[in-house]
Amino acid sequence: MEGKITRVAGPVVMAKGLSGSKMYEMVRVGEDKLIGEIVRLVEDRAEIQVYEDTGGLRPGEPVETTGSLLYVELGPGLIGQIYDGIQRPLTLIRDEYGDFIMRGVVAEPLLKRSWSFKPKVKPGDKIVGGDIIGEIQETELVIHKVLVPPGIKGTVKSVEPEGDYTADDTIVTVETSSGEVKLTLKQKWPVRIPRPYKKRLDPTDPLITGTRILDFLFPIAKGGTAAVPGGFGTGKTVLQHQLAKWSDASIVVYVGCGERGNEMTDVLRSFPELKDPRTGKPLMERTILIANTSNMPVAAREASIYTGITLAEYYRDMGYDVALMADSTSRWAEALREVSGRLGEIPGEEGYPPYLADRLAEFYERAGRVICLGSEDRIGSVTVVGAVSPPGGDFSEPVTQSTLRIVRVFWALDKSLAEQRHFPAISWLTSYSLYSGVLEDWFRKNVAPDWGALRTEVGSILQRESELSELVKLIGADALPERDRLTLYIGRLLREDFLMQNAFHDVDTYSPPTRTYKIAKTIVDLHRAMSSALSRGASLSEITSPEIRKILSQLRYMPEEEFENALAELRDIMKKLFGEVSS
Amino acid sequence: MTSLAPKYYRTVREVRGPLLIVEKTKEVGYGEIVRVLDPKGGERSGSVIETGEGYAIVQVFEGTSEIDADKTAVTFLGDTLKIPVSQDIVGRVLNGRGEFIDGESPVVPDDYLDVNGLPINPTAREYPKDFMQTGISAIDGMNTLSQGQKLPLFTGSGLPHNQLAMQIARQAKVPGKEEEFVVVFGAMGISYEDYKFFVNNFEKTGALSRSVLIVNLADDPVAERIFAPRLAMTYAEYLAFTLEIHVLVILTDMLSYAEGLREISAAREEMPGRRGFPGYLYTDLASIYERCGRILGKRGSVTLIPIVTMPNDDITHPVVDLTGYITEGQIFLDRNLHNKGIYPPINVLPSLSRLMTEATRYTREDHRDLSNQLYAAYARAQEVRNLALIIGEEALEESERRYLDFGNAFERRFVNQGFEENRDLSYTLDLGWKLLAEYVPEEDLTRIPRKIIERYHPRYRHKGAVKSEEAP
Ligand SMILES: Nc1ncnc2c1ncn2[C@@H]1O[C@H](COP(=O)(O)OP(=O)(O)OP(=O)(O)O)[C@@H](O)[C@H]1O
Ligand SMILES: [Mg+2]
Repeated sequence: MEGKITRVAGPVVMAKGLSGSKMYEMVRVGEDKLIGEIVRLVEDRAEIQVYEDTGGLRPGEPVETTGSLLYVELGPGLIGQIYDGIQRPLTLIRDEYGDFIMRGVVAEPLLKRSWSFKPKVKPGDKIVGGDIIGEIQETELVIHKVLVPPGIKGTVKSVEPEGDYTADDTIVTVETSSGEVKLTLKQKWPVRIPRPYKKRLDPTDPLITGTRILDFLFPIAKGGTAAVPGGFGTGKTVLQHQLAKWSDASIVVYVGCGERGNEMTDVLRSFPELKDPRTGKPLMERTILIANTSNMPVAAREASIYTGITLAEYYRDMGYDVALMADSTSRWAEALREVSGRLGEIPGEEGYPPYLADRLAEFYERAGRVICLGSEDRIGSVTVVGAVSPPGGDFSEPVTQSTLRIVRVFWALDKSLAEQRHFPAISWLTSYSLYSGVLEDWFRKNVAPDWGALRTEVGSILQRESELSELVKLIGADALPERDRLTLYIGRLLREDFLMQNAFHDVDTYSPPTRTYKIAKTIVDLHRAMSSALSRGASLSEITSPEIRKILSQLRYMPEEEFENALAELRDIMKKLFGEVSS
Repeated sequence: MTSLAPKYYRTVREVRGPLLIVEKTKEVGYGEIVRVLDPKGGERSGSVIETGEGYAIVQVFEGTSEIDADKTAVTFLGDTLKIPVSQDIVGRVLNGRGEFIDGESPVVPDDYLDVNGLPINPTAREYPKDFMQTGISAIDGMNTLSQGQKLPLFTGSGLPHNQLAMQIARQAKVPGKEEEFVVVFGAMGISYEDYKFFVNNFEKTGALSRSVLIVNLADDPVAERIFAPRLAMTYAEYLAFTLEIHVLVILTDMLSYAEGLREISAAREEMPGRRGFPGYLYTDLASIYERCGRILGKRGSVTLIPIVTMPNDDITHPVVDLTGYITEGQIFLDRNLHNKGIYPPINVLPSLSRLMTEATRYTREDHRDLSNQLYAAYARAQEVRNLALIIGEEALEESERRYLDFGNAFERRFVNQGFEENRDLSYTLDLGWKLLAEYVPEEDLTRIPRKIIERYHPRYRHKGAVKSEEAP
């Protein structure tokens, strides 16, 4: 069907003559066939958000419908790619069109290459949506499970033998009640519709991040949701990059949504060089990037997080633990606001459309730990971590507030910590994780039996330290009793030698849970030892050992062996000073 | 886009602020360039910001004063706005519309480019890492600028940001590549006095010969103010990515720019956001700032220093805040330092160049550690100052007093420098060492590895290895 443009205003185009088209249908706009999506329909008039620059479009130019919703292509070859917000492969586009992104460029999302395919079914097998019909070694780190698309059910009629196939080749033919269906290595899925699963499960395992304050104080579960709000320069992007690098997900989808081009370049140049601490393989071999930077078309920015989460769900369906980072959801919300404004919708708070909170909820709702479709009850998960960029760093604004009502983990970035260059600038006083209770079991079993008790103790020292610091500002530290000054001292050790973590230091950048535990444990033991020394009548200055502090402050930078040696030495010194230290 | 023949209309229905609403138009393109003939026969230009069946909304660059609905004629030129570019624009002064105002003849264009540019493909970017020297110690030493970086200057009214901008424009260079360096200086909404200050300085010092000046005065049309930074970035991109020259763009003042944008948005009756600025201010600013960077395989670079005045020194003001959200760090000018007579009054504590870790890998091996140590020592000095306010300076311990002295010396000798004083990086770094040696006990230098101390600390260097501070 073909309609005609009747109005152009920024990224929104109005067209008539489109009766029979659907909401969210993809259309090609103008003579250059720019990609767009119908976002409002009134009779035969449609409002279209256009994913490319609309400069030069004129009323009267044609609008073609495509009959399909905005979709992504799913299949082998997604890993290691960098896409724009509507899944156009940016590397390919650069090869073909040059350094700048022109309008109207088209490129297939999946690589034109063949894959070595191993079938897992044989003729006569009964299969349903979600079943694995074969496997492909997609990268060194990822085995791509070729899935029966949701909704298909039947008997395998024929299977191609093991061998090399492209994404378009038919590999399995299925006899279904509505006839024969040919399955290829790829499938399509509309981005705005969540991919189905069998059953949602409660989270049980932590996503290990390697960031001490997160794993120890505010852990996130695999399949969980977290928000990282913070003013500019407080460390959202560095934290998201840290998660993308070191978290123990099998697949990482990183969505750069309306942020800087250089940050995507940073990922592109560093990830292939960095090794996954668990497998030793380049991190890029498990990573998919979606880059819709701040100067790329704003409507495609709105689509980018849906594109990202659909890719994440696809790998979840294979039984993987997927982690999705979105930096920044505020820029997505602004894109929503801009399009809504151009549509003349009635604005809600701060000009955002009234459905902002619903859209955010729908997005985070796509996270979760699930039993995947298919007959074998695989478990997969999608963890979602969204950065939020509140204007003026003020958390009372609508995007932060709507997000906090949905997510289960809140990592609050604190401007004043960032200003003091305390990084990660995560506030230990206002952040929370609603998973810490359920995840304690895992840490007790896998790291240390007293993990939970230690955590409580560290939390309460930090809490007390902050109360005391307020007091110190009024009356000075000298006026405090020795015991309180000890708390201040230990609080400082916890802040500087435990919570602080330099993302740019080769060793400190990643702290495995055992190391995290050992540092915390040492500081808490020191607290106990010093505090009983105080009870025995010693004075604080007598028992404050610069030597202990010196080693402690170096611990986090030490490679494994050196770390263990230094820890042993530290224990020795403590023993000499305080006698037997409880452990 | 197909380029169509010009179309001529006399059907202006309404004049609203800088906007004209023209009726009965046919197939006018979004973003199309427009010539407006005013009732007195004067020519103006504009572009289409909305187009529909039978109407178009035109933004007039020169403003709409004296335009009436009856006699004004509007011609749609059938193409989006393109400006002529050429190497010969270097050394020239233009207004916000791209017309030469230096009395010299126009240049012969090599090409015509769309002022809105195109987004750089993120896969084509090269991560900024090479040093650009400003000759300012507080920047080069403490907040190193990289080629391709965007690093704003946050300032307040009455602070000497114009002097500093001028000094940077004059001094900035890529060491070793001095001849392939151009400054594009865009001034939006500046006063006539400031204009004179800049033009005189550029001419007097000879800096103009390697610069392009784009000037939009406070009483020039607001639509030109929107246009000026795009003009600057278009020239910069052309020089950097076609001619492969290193370009430093300085844009002042982005607050005036954004106020211009707000004015136009109000005329369009758009939903106002924070403090009346349009909701798309972030995207709009990004469409300017993100045009800087480096491209793989090209020798040139576009580096950007936008200058933003913080009304009432308010850092949460939307223009400041959103600039911070887009750029790669910030340099703060500080009123207290200014009142103490320190020039440039750069407060290094809240300032940060986010790309510094990378840049200092390629400058001098002690740079990163030294600057960390200077930062830590100065931060400590501030703590001691605050403490001294409570307990009095006499009650300070000897070790604390030393930091107090360090803080003062750091401000007076390291941060403070002459308007004419161009310090090269090694001078800046050596000066930093000298201050540490004078005031900070060696055992306090915990941020610097031993081997670096032994190589660079004045105590271990042969006499004469450290240049005298008095002779730059
Ligand atoms: N964990 C860390 N270790 C060391 N430095 C850090 C860390 N986190 C942040 N930083 C410092 O803070 C700077 C800003 O961090 P980042 O870019 O993540 O901020 P942001 O919150 O994403 O800001 P914006 O909203 O402007 O994008 C970094 O360039 C780095 O210098
Ligand atoms: Mg960021």
